[in-house]
Amino acid sequence: MAMLHTVNKSPFERDALETCLRLAAKGSSVLFIEDGVYGAMKGTSFSTTLSNAMKDKTFYVLGPDLKARGVDASRLIDGIKVVDYAGFVDLTVKHEKVSAWV
Amino acid sequence: MSETKNFMYLNRRAPYGTVYAWESLEVVLIGAAFEQNVSLAFIGDGIYQLLKGQNTTELGIKNFSPTYNALGDYDVNKIYVEKESLDARGLTVADLLPLVYEDADEDYAEKDSIRVVTAAELAEIIDQQDVVLSF
Repeated sequence: MAMLHTVNKSPFERDALETCLRLAAKGSSVLFIEDGVYGAMKGTSFSTTLSNAMKDKTFYVLGPDLKARGVDASRLIDGIKVVDYAGFVDLTVKHEKVSAWV
Repeated sequence: MSETKNFMYLNRRAPYGTVYAWESLEVVLIGAAFEQNVSLAFIGDGIYQLLKGQNTTELGIKNFSPTYNALGDYDVNKIYVEKESLDARGLTVADLLPLVYEDADEDYAEKDSIRVVTAAELAEIIDQQDVVLSF
């Protein structure tokens, strides 16, 4: 099973997401957590880059971190799935390995 | 009696991921209590501090965003938001907390504290400060 990558930094402050997208293999999954959730929003200077990455990777975002930051799910790029903490656990179980781009 | 200085706090980080946003807010309120002339600027990811609808219940940590509403009561009513930072994040002022203050010079009329400014305008404002603190 493919690898799960977690990203916890805003793409506007650090290059964690950019590096992850460049180096994560096709078929990988990427989960946005903590300040990483801002990277999942549409209409930003980063959203085109992310939309392109969605052609060969699957993206998830942690709901509690979205809510904390006042980001409604309607503001996310279409196709990004919101998961809760249990969903986070499921993702780590479903994938053979996890790589955290801290 | 010490002189009053112009203090500006630059808020540049998203809330919750790091402690910068909360620490800045605490320092701002302390500075205001000493009756200094305080203004705030929200730049870059600092914009996210002002997003409406923050709910940290599931994180089990304090949602400090309502505290920004108290700034007006501390006479902190010059809150600058950089337009370029809003644009890069797909946000508008309508996405931000509606921060207001009561203008003592105009029979306590309620006025907006947030002023959206361009980078060029903000550069001028920063240049006029006595003390600039970046968080």
